[in-house]
Amino acid sequence: MAQKSFRDALNEAMHLEMERDPSVIVLGEDVSGGAGGTSGHREASGGIFGVTKGLLPKFGEHRVIDTPISESAIIGAAGGAALAGLRPVAELMFADFVGVSMDQIFNQMAKFRYMFGGKTRCPAVVRLAMGAGMNMGAQHSQTIYNFMTAVPGLKVVIPTNPYDAKGLLIQAIRDDDPVMYFEHKALYPRKGEVPAEAYTIPFGEANVLREGEDVTVVAIGRMAVFAEKALDAVAKDGISCDLIDPRTTSPLDEETILESVENTGRLVIVDESPPRCSVAHDIAAIVASKGFKSLRAPIQIVTAPHTPVPFAPSLERAYVPGPAKIEAAIRAVLK
Amino acid sequence: MAQPLSAERLKRAYRQMKTIREFEERLHVEIATGEIPGFTHLYAGQEAVAVGVCEHLDDADYIVSTHRGHGHCIAKGCDVDGMMLEIYGRADGLCKGKGGSMHIADFEKGMLGANAIVGGGPPLAVGAAIACRNRGSGKVSIAFGGDGSCNQGTVFEAMNMAVVLKVPAIFVIEDNGYSEHTGASYAVGSKDIAGRSRAFGMAAEKCDGADFFSVYETAGKLIGAARSGAGPATLEAKITRFYGHFEGDPQLYRAKDEVKQQRESMDCLKNFRARVTKEGWLTDADLDAIDAAVLAQIEAAVKKAKASAPPAESEITTDVYISY
Repeated sequence: MAQKSFRDALNEAMHLEMERDPSVIVLGEDVSGGAGGTSGHREASGGIFGVTKGLLPKFGEHRVIDTPISESAIIGAAGGAALAGLRPVAELMFADFVGVSMDQIFNQMAKFRYMFGGKTRCPAVVRLAMGAGMNMGAQHSQTIYNFMTAVPGLKVVIPTNPYDAKGLLIQAIRDDDPVMYFEHKALYPRKGEVPAEAYTIPFGEANVLREGEDVTVVAIGRMAVFAEKALDAVAKDGISCDLIDPRTTSPLDEETILESVENTGRLVIVDESPPRCSVAHDIAAIVASKGFKSLRAPIQIVTAPHTPVPFAPSLERAYVPGPAKIEAAIRAVLK
Repeated sequence: MAQPLSAERLKRAYRQMKTIREFEERLHVEIATGEIPGFTHLYAGQEAVAVGVCEHLDDADYIVSTHRGHGHCIAKGCDVDGMMLEIYGRADGLCKGKGGSMHIADFEKGMLGANAIVGGGPPLAVGAAIACRNRGSGKVSIAFGGDGSCNQGTVFEAMNMAVVLKVPAIFVIEDNGYSEHTGASYAVGSKDIAGRSRAFGMAAEKCDGADFFSVYETAGKLIGAARSGAGPATLEAKITRFYGHFEGDPQLYRAKDEVKQQRESMDCLKNFRARVTKEGWLTDADLDAIDAAVLAQIEAAVKKAKASAPPAESEITTDVYISY
């Protein structure tokens, strides 16, 4: 099977779905780029992260829509197009820009089906590039999927590897509910095996990346990559862990997490967001209320600190929970 | 002047306006009884705008509406009984009682929803206009909004994007003089909504919102151009509302006799009647018959709503997702 990057897996998913279904459109800032430029190079960008490359030449300007920098209008247009029967994939560029388009997400697309008595659907996908680690500063580095996970009506997807990225994006595009699709910027170059054909991965089914006896580690997004390193380190001391990647935080596969905790009795949760009202704390609350009897030690929660994302590389390194912190938490939960 | 619409179409337009008026007048009475939950924003006074625009549309054209949306819903063909049921919070309402006055939608009629966020609708209308453009259907997408909404950044974004993408979106701005409790003369900095829209690069026209024929003719021109690929446009309608921002609003911001005077001088129903009878297009008897039929229809709708059941408690968790 071919090795492909996370970025290329996403790109392939959009190519396949746009070919399959003429109602799929892509819109956002610089999704192709170059419109109105002086070089005449029409696809000058293909997305700021290159994820939408090649779509414009193949599918044309009516389906691959370069927009002004108008996040409310981008997300709103996606919502309206979805109500009118299209399947839009809106790129918000940096997840942080949710701030300027929040109304269109949480008051509009999230609520249409419920407010309107189940008589419509809003099959829109919003792609959001998230995460710290590239020295992009406080307004271009956040994870913020916890905001979205809290909103009834939205589905929240956080892929961690190229195979999942493709299958989850195809599922998101075919899904009839609005989906917030978070892509960690640091994962774009990550390579993995990706089949050429279209396939879907259902939402609400966690991926058990490793199986073990002693500790359950739940790690979200890029944290799953760091958790694997931490697991390698503790394995040298004979400690084995279940490593669970939830893949979607809404719906959340509670069952897989609770079953694992039933076996191990110890839980470490790793989340790149700041701690308050985080997905990590939500999972901790679920396990505390539904799996309390299984727990043999207090739950260890590894998150970023309650601060904005700092700029200086030395500070940002300290901000992101890395393998060492995860390893320490695994050892602590076993004490 | 040549008769702009057939007698049948004129009767239909009058009936639509009268239905909106009586729907709202009756709500004004019923709300005072405390039987209707929540709060309600009445459209009475503005009927000619909704009807003058929607008479150019069919079910495959789209509209998005506002918190003051009953008029747009009726003008676009939403079922009056279903609307009344919805406003009473009944299970058989158009949105199963889960939307209420500010969230009525009817997708089979191309009514993509009333929207309780001021300025929330125009970006959605641009999206629906993209769908119209991509299908090459010649259909249009209308965003109704008020003078208050036209100061929202979302409206500026939507207008600009509609121009950039050259999609058939029409922004109908109903300047009823007040953004909630604040005068438009204060809150609209430029005092010229059409001019501001024009600055985005689109056609924009003004019309007299109390005159069905003024709205109908101006809207027709802009909608016709949009259907044939001219891109977006704005229609600014000067109008008033006969009630407060919401029912129960003491309206301390309005001069004592303002509404009374406006009911004399700016009533689209009176204006319509005067015009069509003077021109000999319809008779008073034609219109009186419509009046009687509408009153009976509203009476029946209220009776039905009062007698209907609320949604079962189990409905609370349905329709959040299609699959979860």
